[in-house]
Amino acid sequence: MDVLSILIDWFPYLLSGVAVTLGLVFAALGLGFLLGLPMAIGQVYGSRPVRSLVGVYVWFFRGLPILVLLFLFWFGIFPGLGLGDLSAFVVGAVVLGLRGAAYQSQIFRGAIQSVAEGQMIAARSLGMSRLTAIRSVILPQAMRIALPGWSNEYPNILTDSAVCYAIGVAELLTLASRIVAQTNVMMPIYLATAGIFIIMNYGGLKVLHGLEKRVAIPGFGAGAV
Amino acid sequence: MNDNDYVLRVEDIHKSFGDMEVLRGISFDVQRGETKVFIGPSGTGKSTLLRCINQLTLPDRGRIWLDGEEVTNSGARINYFRQKIGMVFQNFYLFDHLTAVRNVELALLKVRGMGRAEAREKALTELRQVGMEEWADHYPAELSGGQAQRVSIARALAMDPDVILFDEPTSALDPELTREVLEVMRRLARQGMTMLVVTHEMGFACSVANEILFMENGVVAERGAPDMLLHDPRFTRMKEFIGRFDGRPGD
Repeated sequence: MDVLSILIDWFPYLLSGVAVTLGLVFAALGLGFLLGLPMAIGQVYGSRPVRSLVGVYVWFFRGLPILVLLFLFWFGIFPGLGLGDLSAFVVGAVVLGLRGAAYQSQIFRGAIQSVAEGQMIAARSLGMSRLTAIRSVILPQAMRIALPGWSNEYPNILTDSAVCYAIGVAELLTLASRIVAQTNVMMPIYLATAGIFIIMNYGGLKVLHGLEKRVAIPGFGAGAV
Repeated sequence: MNDNDYVLRVEDIHKSFGDMEVLRGISFDVQRGETKVFIGPSGTGKSTLLRCINQLTLPDRGRIWLDGEEVTNSGARINYFRQKIGMVFQNFYLFDHLTAVRNVELALLKVRGMGRAEAREKALTELRQVGMEEWADHYPAELSGGQAQRVSIARALAMDPDVILFDEPTSALDPELTREVLEVMRRLARQGMTMLVVTHEMGFACSVANEILFMENGVVAERGAPDMLLHDPRFTRMKEFIGRFDGRPGD
């Protein structure tokens, strides 16, 4: 059997890993967003204990290699919490998400802090509560400022997701290595895998850049001089 | 005259920043429909005074009443008072991500809880007031400074405030744009809006103010009707001050 027909035969199997990889990526990005944004708000506007708590969280999740985090949660923390039944997929997505939250929180923090001070003053002068001002004035601007930096999170998480191979999540790399074990064909399989990653990367960034253009406001944010 | 004739009462306001005593006991009353103008050298606390009135800066001492209700020490009710005390800033502070009309309607929607259609209609009415209706769908970055300031006045007007505080509203504008903003303010004064204005525009002060308060070193050094401060020989400080940079009371 020649390499090409092996590739063609196994390609649908390999592609089934795309769904799992995308599942990991979107779950992790979503979790990172849901945790990261409130953390950023807490770090900018919160009390001292809140700010320290976020600081410790960020320090922890940015301070450890992703593989170490994955093993800690897979073998230790989740079983220790009585969550040993969680699937490898869920654990992988959660760990990627928790780590992403640390990075996202800092992207959003920087963005919130770069919204001009007068915006909050003007909002408060109209009788808005701080929360309303944050929601209606600060965040809509901060999100636009954050978007280019946030777009980085997609390729980061996408490439990091391959680490879930180590706990047996059936994502792209895991399936690729299974095919290699079955067929003894190595480079073509890994090259095909690399190709799929690159295409996913390109497609995602294209969508994000489109989004940047769509929410752009004349004279405001990244496009403004 | 009883308390109710005053929209605003300001009593013995003190404020320090560190060792710097910026306000050293300022008191005045404002009647409905009155325009008071604050003049004086930079750094004498004029802007700080305005910010104390709506509690954007908390005074160290002194009390403020709006329509007989105490604004100072009002806790969370300050958001209620701020709706009734409009503010216009030197640098406009328009919401950069919103078009002119959405700038004006935002607080109507989020603070007043007004419906969309009603808020839009009111916002357009206020923009018409300041001659900016045709620019309703433009973003702040697409407006000249004078246009932006007029939109910010419309934004303050939309809340139907009892008084509007103008904090050097034309200091960031060239003479041409200054004129268009002052024109809007003159019209508001004529229509009976109660206004406190910090400005260096002597022409405006003399033609519009019911009273000028000349501030120096954190106190009101001289106060009175423009004519009196300018022509009564007993008053010298303000004349000296404006003589220093102009020599004439402006247009």
